[in-house]
Amino acid sequence: MQQLLNGIFIGSIYALFAIGFTLVFGILDRLNLAHPAVFAASAFVGIELVERGGLSLWAALPIVFVFGAVVGLVIERVAFRPLKNRADAHFAGLISSIALAGMLIALLQWRYGPDTRRFPPGSFPDTRFEVFGAQVTLVQVVILVVSLALMVGLTYMVTRTRLGRGMRAVAENPTAARVLGVNVDRVTAVTFAISSALGAVAGVLFAINVNTAQLGMGAAIELKGLAVIIVGGMGSLPGALIGGLLLGLAEVFAVQYIGSSWVNVIAFGLLFVILLLRPQGLLGARKVREV
Amino acid sequence: MRTKLHTVAAAGAAALLLASCGSGESGGGESAASGALTGEGSGESCTIEGEVPLGAVLSLTGAAASYGESQQRGLELAAAELAEQGGVTYDLTIEDDQTDPRQAITLFDEFVNDGVSLIIGPTLSNAAVQADPIAQDAGVPVLGISNTAAGVTEIGDYIFRDSLTEQAVIPQTIAQATEQFGLENVVVMYSNDDAFTESGYEAFAAALEEEGVEISETITFSKSDTDFRALLTQAQESDPDALVVSALIEAAVPLVTQARELGIDVPIIGGNGFNNPTLMADAGEAAEGVVVGAAWNSSSDNPENQAFLEAYEAEYGAQPDQFAAQAYTGLKLVDQAVRANCSAERDSIQEALGQIEDVPTVLGEFSIDENRDADHPAVVQVVENGEFTVLE
Repeated sequence: MQQLLNGIFIGSIYALFAIGFTLVFGILDRLNLAHPAVFAASAFVGIELVERGGLSLWAALPIVFVFGAVVGLVIERVAFRPLKNRADAHFAGLISSIALAGMLIALLQWRYGPDTRRFPPGSFPDTRFEVFGAQVTLVQVVILVVSLALMVGLTYMVTRTRLGRGMRAVAENPTAARVLGVNVDRVTAVTFAISSALGAVAGVLFAINVNTAQLGMGAAIELKGLAVIIVGGMGSLPGALIGGLLLGLAEVFAVQYIGSSWVNVIAFGLLFVILLLRPQGLLGARKVREV
Repeated sequence: MRTKLHTVAAAGAAALLLASCGSGESGGGESAASGALTGEGSGESCTIEGEVPLGAVLSLTGAAASYGESQQRGLELAAAELAEQGGVTYDLTIEDDQTDPRQAITLFDEFVNDGVSLIIGPTLSNAAVQADPIAQDAGVPVLGISNTAAGVTEIGDYIFRDSLTEQAVIPQTIAQATEQFGLENVVVMYSNDDAFTESGYEAFAAALEEEGVEISETITFSKSDTDFRALLTQAQESDPDALVVSALIEAAVPLVTQARELGIDVPIIGGNGFNNPTLMADAGEAAEGVVVGAAWNSSSDNPENQAFLEAYEAEYGAQPDQFAAQAYTGLKLVDQAVRANCSAERDSIQEALGQIEDVPTVLGEFSIDENRDADHPAVVQVVENGEFTVLE
């Protein structure tokens, strides 16, 4: 039972990271590799707000959300927009976002040094519950609830709202979208902002959950986030959630039944098998391009 | 280099014969300095006319700067006390290797060429592994004051250290913890992608076998891991008497926090990575009950230690740490070795260092063993009320 919950909570962190990631990657079809850097940066900023600013965590979270959104706008403006008319815009954007990520991490290192940092003890109520004999912390419940809420909210936004329709139109064909009166630049910028804001919140929650914020924390979860997106189905938000949970559970049960040294082999092996059986991902629609 | 040294020694001997002319110390140059390095008397009565040149290579800037700073304070305190004692005067030059092994190599070269009698340091083991061979080749004795990696003293017969290795601390830790807590079966966890934690694990496994404690499960993780809940739940299932963990401090803090969160309240026995006040600062209450071995018992009431604590506090207005204690002890041991034969010649110091046995020091009864490693009792600490206290 404890292991099942462990898996769900690890998985919901992967999902939280992947949901922000997939908004840009899956829907706008741009791979923003500065996302992991935002994830790390926001954790450090959050710690600074709580430690130096004396804010409570609940007050710090919205500020971090805004911080993430602003960084998202900067990323879009600096790393993606200037390159959008190149024939290889997707690839060029990917590379320039790696450069931006490197700069962000270097700035963090300059500001905070290379050491691991943590939220001061007691900055989050360490309330614990017992569920069927298993230990659950309040942070973990919050993470799970936030992931679910974001998934539902974002799915609604993408499928039902004007902004969401704009996003999908831009993804399908930017030129056609512009002809139809969609402000392509604005839609793109807003998508980046939301995506990075989500990454920022994920970073803070992750840092609280494991009591650790490191410069490399984004890089450590990056690959898993990508795997989750692809297994869940490109652009599918529920897919990202399910993919995240699946990876979390696979890791935990690999520890339980096979051995801790084999976690990555088992977890990624399982994801591989899923892709072999369902190349479009669990909830991905098979893309049919008509000429 | 060898030949040159023999020449120097021969010249030194010649200078000794000529010492009656009274021109020994004023001449400058190697042969003169060398000639003045042998004195009369022995032990406390030893008097050497010339200044004994010593070099120290510490990391005063860069990543290891916090260690280097403590070491500098320890050395300077010891140097000041030795100056008061009289008889032998030391000329200690402390240089900064900037936490860079290449810089350490350069400094070792300079010290060797400047004719120092002995080199103290360098701060980090990885610098020692690269710089010590230079001194070994030149026949200059080296005393490491913080190197704990395996193999450092295997570089050669001129390389010594007063810092207890993890391999020496761990068996004592396990022996005492077994006695205190009546350990019968434990779960061992370690990060298997780091050379230091893996060698720590091997030492733990051997010590546990020695004590007849059963390892019901061995769990590995990566040094970059931060979520240990699945592993800890797995560990919990075999209902161990203790967790034995070899990890760096980055992993130690979340591991300990999460273990307590899951309701694991057995002692957690850590390797050298846990010997860090950061543990209590960052893990807070969760750190209570963590057991870790260390080389220096800050609360030991032996007279050398009490005097050291008092002098350090008076000089710097702060509590010393293990690095300061080992540095302070290091210079005192060098003095001991010089006085033993009343000579600061390189070969004489090398010989005398190897024979150091049961010397009362800040670290306790201190000996240099046949591998030129430190041999003295370790202290087993347990975290209580947010502080390391002696486990007893």
